[in-house]
Amino acid sequence: MESAAVIRRSAIAAAVPAEGPSIKSSPFSRKTPSSVGFLRRHLDSRVSQPKPLAVCSALSMDTAATGALDAVGITLPRPDSFGRFGKFGGKYVPETLMHALSELEDAFRSLSKDANFQEELDGILKDYVGRETPLYFAERLSEHYKRPNGEGPLIYLKREDLNHTGAHKINNAIAQALLAKRLGKKRIIAETGAGQHGVATATVCARLGLECIIYMGAQDMERQSLNVFRMRLLGAEVRAVHSGTATLKDATSEAIRDWVTNVETTHYILGSVAGPHPYPMMVRDFHAVIGKETRKQAMEKWGGKPDVLVACVGGGSNAMGLFHEFVDDPHVRLIGVEAAGFGLDSGKHAATLTKGDVGVLHGAMSYLLQDDDGQIIEPHSISAGLDYPGVGPEHSFLKDIRRAEYYSITDHEALEAFKRLSQLEGIIPALETSHALAFLEVLCPTLADGARVVLNCSGRGDKDVQTAIKHLKI
Amino acid sequence: MALAVGTFHCVHLPPRSRALAITSPLSRDQFDRGDSVVIPPAISLGCASISETFTKLKEQRKVAFIPYLTAGDPELLTTSAALRMLDACGSDVIELGVPHWNPVMDGPVIQRAFERALATGVDVDAIMAMLSEVVPELSCPITVLSYFHPVLEYGVSKFLAAMNEVGARGLIVPDLPLEEAEILRKEAKTKKIEMVFHTTPSTQKGRTREIAKASEGFLYLVKTRQSSPLNIGPPRQETDKPVAVGFGVSEPEHVRQLSAWGADGVIVGSALVQRLGEAVSPSEGLRAMEAHARFLMAALP
Repeated sequence: MESAAVIRRSAIAAAVPAEGPSIKSSPFSRKTPSSVGFLRRHLDSRVSQPKPLAVCSALSMDTAATGALDAVGITLPRPDSFGRFGKFGGKYVPETLMHALSELEDAFRSLSKDANFQEELDGILKDYVGRETPLYFAERLSEHYKRPNGEGPLIYLKREDLNHTGAHKINNAIAQALLAKRLGKKRIIAETGAGQHGVATATVCARLGLECIIYMGAQDMERQSLNVFRMRLLGAEVRAVHSGTATLKDATSEAIRDWVTNVETTHYILGSVAGPHPYPMMVRDFHAVIGKETRKQAMEKWGGKPDVLVACVGGGSNAMGLFHEFVDDPHVRLIGVEAAGFGLDSGKHAATLTKGDVGVLHGAMSYLLQDDDGQIIEPHSISAGLDYPGVGPEHSFLKDIRRAEYYSITDHEALEAFKRLSQLEGIIPALETSHALAFLEVLCPTLADGARVVLNCSGRGDKDVQTAIKHLKI
Repeated sequence: MALAVGTFHCVHLPPRSRALAITSPLSRDQFDRGDSVVIPPAISLGCASISETFTKLKEQRKVAFIPYLTAGDPELLTTSAALRMLDACGSDVIELGVPHWNPVMDGPVIQRAFERALATGVDVDAIMAMLSEVVPELSCPITVLSYFHPVLEYGVSKFLAAMNEVGARGLIVPDLPLEEAEILRKEAKTKKIEMVFHTTPSTQKGRTREIAKASEGFLYLVKTRQSSPLNIGPPRQETDKPVAVGFGVSEPEHVRQLSAWGADGVIVGSALVQRLGEAVSPSEGLRAMEAHARFLMAALP
């Protein structure tokens, strides 16, 4: 308790700055390996000048990473008992939700140790969701990144797109629905942006026989009418949210309001590693199976660990699911890729960790996109799943301690990558995943020969073909 | 334009408001549509802290009437007139809400009020400027109600300093539970601002006790929908501090019931906000708000 209190005090001291918060730190440290100059044009403009055309091993990031690890003491629990990752996270919620949140946390902690629950969950993950997902060696993609002298990294894709419903989202949705059932809750609510999390939630509610209400921004409903149909087909009620800009952030606020009102009968299945504690921890832990399988598969395939992990970041759930297993492995480089939309300077993007400021959104302290008046900025990305103006607090923490690096990719670059993977590997990736894939263009030239990259193929792109048709000339 | 000043029927008219009949220059322009409206007298009297207010009311065996308004709805000028009106009517403490784009704890009425207010461009600076003019004229203390994000964005110290400067006596941050409030509490204490905390019927006893210990001025019991009929008993047992009940209090029957159950104060928000903000004109809104406030106050013991 004593040490927790000390951590608490310092966490709080850091959390509440005297002046308005304006913490913009570049994801790049001076020790970042360089890259071919012209490919860096879309990266954060505050990047320091790279070393000229030096090809650095991914392992050269060690010094920065280990330094950060020692300095901050990443060996502290993540999160601490108050739900904080450093100064991020926490529970900025009305008192009306506090009991539900601590009940949820208690249930989560005890079920994590409950063999019966684990067995039931593992069984559903195996037989219903289709786990374990393959770690696939992308031969032609790796070939594409080979340098003239034949050297280059080896790219592996963690095939979360092969899960039932076509994305990683279901890992968390099914686990939370099972947990809710154990808590005796019969009513499930969720928010959704593009509809992926909504579809995953409606799916699991159908599977477990729970009442399901999905909040979706009216604007999003128009753009994603097929997903709306899917959710209704699966038996869920989809409620349009008209307040604010009628998009994901408003749907989330409405879901929180519903929960505040109906907390005794209802469980709120939050779709990402955002929100008040225990959600960031819980959602991460439910997705951590991705990283656990990867470790095992990497050992089987090449007798070692990955050198670099790459994942797209919207709220941050698929990235945390992959990263979590390896955060304490300083030799594994963690890279998150956000959406730069029309470009970082266009004002139309969703690059929260690059361009955001620290604030409180949906119950957690984290980076968020806000203007000078503290109003949330409406994000934009061609991929609706990356369209969240906030980001999970653990990502904010990992960025600040420089354990993970965050970059961003424009709509245009994502579309190119969408096409590239389809034509090189016969896998049509989700537009969200395409952001991570696009970053390989910048990353691979800097990696040593034989460096093993695991990229989280977080979703399949069937849902995106209609969007792609408008933009790609095939 | 006819302005009838100083004469209005208010059942609870404590001696302090039967004084001067001066119209504020700020409010005059607002109401020149040929309506006749009553502008409450502007008085310059200091006001007590929230704790002191409750102590006095306890001695008089009275239940506090605590109205809530959203600052800037329909616009700041009307808010300032409404504050004066509610004060003159006999309110004991007035809560003033800072509009925010993400009101997770508020229902549709106050959500709409926030949207209207934000559309006028109201911000913390403007609200503080308005308060600096109005507070010296009020006899009851003002409690500012703001979500945490606007406070953090403005700067915690800066926000509290501004509140201190304008004479606001209390602060409620509804999405800041005890665990997150340490720094704010410490700073508020140095500026003699009383921080009021919420508890709910579902909050566990030990926790209510902790919250009550920390809460200054009074303990705010949030009446959640599931909890009717409300039993004030449990929170009351956990503390000697005054317990005021809010959320969903809109009719005299609620006021009567809560008083009977032993509430030390009743907090009325949406019922007044709706009448003020959704009226066809500001003066209509003020009229309707005042009438309903008096209607509710008449039900107090």
